[in-house]
Amino acid sequence: MTLAVAPPTAVRRGHDRSYLVIGLVAILATGLVALPVGALVWFALSVEPGIWPHLTRTVLGNYTITTSLLALGVGTGVTLIGVGAAWLVAAYDFPLRRTLEWALMMPLAAPSYIVAFVYTDLLDYAGPVQSTLRDLFGWRNAADYSFPEIRSLPGAIIIITLVLYPYVYLLTRTAFLAQSRAAVEAARMQGLSASAAFWRVALPMARPAIVVGVALALMETLNEYGTVDFFAVPVFSTGIFHVWINMGSLEGASGLALMLVAAVAILLLAERRARADRRFTDARSTRPAQARAQLHGALALAATLLCTLPVVLGFLLPFSLLVGSSWHRIDALFTGDLASALLNSLELAALAALVVTVLSLWLAYAGRMSGAPLLRLGTRLASMGYAIPGSVLAIGILAPFAAFDNALDAWLFESFGLSSGLLLSGTLIALLFGCTVRFLALGFGATEAGFERVPRSLDDAARLLGSGPVDLVRRVHWPLLRASSLTAALLVFVDTLKELPMTLALRPFNFETLATVTHQYAVDERFAEATPGALAIVLAGVVPVILLSHTIRQASRPRA
Amino acid sequence: MSVFGSITRLATGAALLCGLTAGAAQAAEEVNLYSYRQPHLMQPLIDAFTADTGIKVNMVYANKGLLERLVAEGRNTPADVVITANAGRLADLVEADVLRSVTSPKLEAAVPANFRDPQNRWFAITKRSRVLYASRERVAADRALTYEGLADVEWKGKICARQFTHPYMIDLISSMIASHGEAWTETWLQGVKANLARKPQGNDRAQIKAVAQGECDIAIGNTYYYGIMLSDPEQRPAAEAVRPVFPNQEGRGAHMNITGAGVTKHARHPENGVKLIEYLTSPHAQEIYAAQNFEFPILGGVSIAPVIAVFGEFKEDPVSLADVAAQRRAAAQMVDRAGLSS
Repeated sequence: MTLAVAPPTAVRRGHDRSYLVIGLVAILATGLVALPVGALVWFALSVEPGIWPHLTRTVLGNYTITTSLLALGVGTGVTLIGVGAAWLVAAYDFPLRRTLEWALMMPLAAPSYIVAFVYTDLLDYAGPVQSTLRDLFGWRNAADYSFPEIRSLPGAIIIITLVLYPYVYLLTRTAFLAQSRAAVEAARMQGLSASAAFWRVALPMARPAIVVGVALALMETLNEYGTVDFFAVPVFSTGIFHVWINMGSLEGASGLALMLVAAVAILLLAERRARADRRFTDARSTRPAQARAQLHGALALAATLLCTLPVVLGFLLPFSLLVGSSWHRIDALFTGDLASALLNSLELAALAALVVTVLSLWLAYAGRMSGAPLLRLGTRLASMGYAIPGSVLAIGILAPFAAFDNALDAWLFESFGLSSGLLLSGTLIALLFGCTVRFLALGFGATEAGFERVPRSLDDAARLLGSGPVDLVRRVHWPLLRASSLTAALLVFVDTLKELPMTLALRPFNFETLATVTHQYAVDERFAEATPGALAIVLAGVVPVILLSHTIRQASRPRA
Repeated sequence: MSVFGSITRLATGAALLCGLTAGAAQAAEEVNLYSYRQPHLMQPLIDAFTADTGIKVNMVYANKGLLERLVAEGRNTPADVVITANAGRLADLVEADVLRSVTSPKLEAAVPANFRDPQNRWFAITKRSRVLYASRERVAADRALTYEGLADVEWKGKICARQFTHPYMIDLISSMIASHGEAWTETWLQGVKANLARKPQGNDRAQIKAVAQGECDIAIGNTYYYGIMLSDPEQRPAAEAVRPVFPNQEGRGAHMNITGAGVTKHARHPENGVKLIEYLTSPHAQEIYAAQNFEFPILGGVSIAPVIAVFGEFKEDPVSLADVAAQRRAAAQMVDRAGLSS
C-alpha cells in the first residue's frame, strides 16, 4: 500500500539547515519537558536505606499484582468498547447513529472520582439499590444476602473503563474514517466476509491509533488516585502516597512512580517491536469514502443498544443522578466564585491545549523528518510522565523551577546587588508548564497517530516538487492532520478542565479553578457542596466534545 | 485556525502571563498563607482577620506538596504562614527546617504546652478527638470503651474503620506506639484487623452510617464528622443511631489531634504571620472556626456551637503531639506488615 521512496539527495540537501533547526528546537523542547521526570530520578537516587527492603518485603508484590490486574481489566474494557463502538458508527448505519457518534465521547467530560462516588452512593450497602432489595425480600443485614462490592478491584475496573474508553473510541473512529473504503472493498471483492474484512484489513490498519488510545487510557489508569483510593484498591498510585505522606519519603515515592514509567516504556517498546516496520497508511486515503452499510431489524437494534450502553452508564446515569441530587442547589452554579473559577479553568485549559497541540505537532514532525534517536527517546520519556500521579509530577516541576529561580536570584545578587526573587515558581507559567508536561502524552499521541496515517510518499513527492519544511507542513500535512490536531487540542482541553493535583500544588496565590473549588468539598466527601462545581466541569467539557465531533465529521468528509 | 495563527496567539498568551506574574502578592500590608486546610473552612476567618487588622491574606490551598514547595522555594519563598490539618504534617515541617521559633506571650498563654512545638515553631488552632461510635441498639448505653479493647475477641466482625493508611489512622496507631511500644501495638493491630466487619473503606462518616445500617457495632471516627452529620437533615438519622464514646476515660484519655499553624523560616512578613496565628487563637476567631469545622476550640472558656457541645466534657490524652508524630513512620510500616495497606 505504501510506497516509500528515498528522496534524491540533491533536493534534500537544499533544506538541510531548516530541518536541522527544527530538530534542534525539538530536542531542546523535549529536554525541558523531560526535566520533571529527571528530577524524580534524582530524588529516587537518594532514597533512605530501609524503605525498599520494607516495601519489597511487605506491599510491593501486592501493588504489582493489583496494578497489573487493574491495567489488564481497563485495557481490555476500553479496547472492546472503544474499538467496537468506533467500528459500528464508522462502518454501519443504524437508528440514532448520528447522535451516538458524539454522545459516545461524553464520558470524557466527567471526572472519574465523581462517577465513582455516584455509583458508590447508588450501589453500596446503605444505597437505594441494596436498601430496596432488603425491603423487598425482608433481608435484615449483610449476612442475609450477597451483593457484589462496588468498592473493589472489579468495581474500579468498571468505573475507570467507563470513563476512559472515549480515548480509544475517539482515536480509532478518526482512523476508521480516514481509511479508504477501497481497501475494505478490495478485500470484500476477494471474497472476504464483512467481519473478515474488519479483522484482516480495517483493524490492522487502525492499529497505531488503537495502541495510542489504549496506551493513553492505561497511563491515565496508572496515575489515577481518586477512584482507587475511594475504592480502597491497593495499587501503585495509592502506595506512592502512603510512602510519601505517611512514611515521609518523597524519595521512595519517586522510585515507585518511576517503576510505573518503566512498565509503560517496556509495554510500548514491546508493541513497537511487534509492529516492526510495518506502516499503516494508504496512499489513496483521500479518495472519497463510500456510504455506510445500512443495518436492519434485530442487527440495527443490537447496534443501537451496544452503542447506547456505554453512554448511559458512563455519562447519562451518573450525570442525571448528580443533577437530581443537587437540583435544589443549582443556583450555586451562578455564584461569583464559581464564575471566576470557570474563567480561570477555561483560560488554563485553552492555553494548555494550544501549547500542547503546537508542541506535539512540532515534535511529531521533527521525529518524522529526522528520526534522531536522542529526540525519539526524549519525546517518549517526556510523554510517559503521564503515567505518574499529578502531585508527584508537580514536585518534579517545582524543584527544578525553584532551583533555577534561586540560582538566578543568587547570581543577580552577587553580580549586581539585585534580587529577582521567584521568577517562575508559583506563577501561571509554572502551572501551564505542568499541564504541558502532564498532557503532552495526550496531544503527542493523537498527533502522532494522525501522522502515521499520512503516507511518506506524499512527503517525498512534495519535496521533489521543491517544498520546504514549512511549505510541507502547511500545504501537505496540515490539511490531513487537522482532525488529529483538533482531537489533540480537545483531549488536552477537557483533561486540563478536570486536572486537580498539579493545579493544587503549583498554582499562584488566590487562583481557583473549577476542579480546585470542587475538590475542597469532595475531599471530605461533602458531595452535596461539591456538586455545583462538578456539574460546571462536566458542562464546560461537554461543549468542546460536541464541537470536536462535528469537526471530525467535517474533516473526514470528502472535499470536492 | 492555522498553526501559525496558533503560534501568534501563544506569544500573546505568554506575554499576558508574564504581566500576570509581575503583579502577584506585592501589596503593602499582607500575609501569604500556604494552607493544607480547605479555603471554605479558612475564608470566614481570613475575612474577619482582614476586617479587623487591614492585613490582606493571600492563600494557596493544597492537600499535598506544600511542604515540598516550601523546601524547593527556600529563602525566596513568598509564604509567611503554613496551616496543616494534623500534627504529623507539622512535625514534617519542623524536620524539613522550614519553620521558625516564635516569641508570642499571647500564643503561649492561649495554647497549652502539649498542643504546641517545644520550641514554639507551631501552635494548635483547634483540636479534635478520634473517638468510637457505638450502636445505640446493640451496645449497652453505659458500656465504657478503650482503644486497647478494640482488639478483644468480643468485637469479632463488629468494627468498621476507614483505610488504615489514612493519616488519621496512622496518627491513632502512632499514639498507641507512643503509649505501649511497637511490639505490643503490632499484636494489637493484628487483633483489630481480625475484628473488622468489612474491608476498611470510605471516610469516617461512612463508618457511622455502617453502624446505623447494622453492618457493624463500633466505628472509629473523628469528632467533627459527627457534628457535620447532625447538622445535615439527610445524615441526621444515621448520626442519631450511634452513641459517641470517648475511649480510655478511666485511663490516659482520648486520642487528640489538631489543626495547627507556624511561621515560615524565611517569611517576608513574620510579624503579620504571628498576628494571623494570634488572631486564629483569639476568642472571636475560635468561635467562628469551631462553628465552621466542628472542631473543639483550643482556647478555654469559648462558647461553642451546640452540635459540638453535645460531646460534653471528656478527658484528653495529655501526651505531647510531637512525640506521637515521631512514631508515624513506624506506624505506617506496621500497617504494611499487618496487610492493612489498601
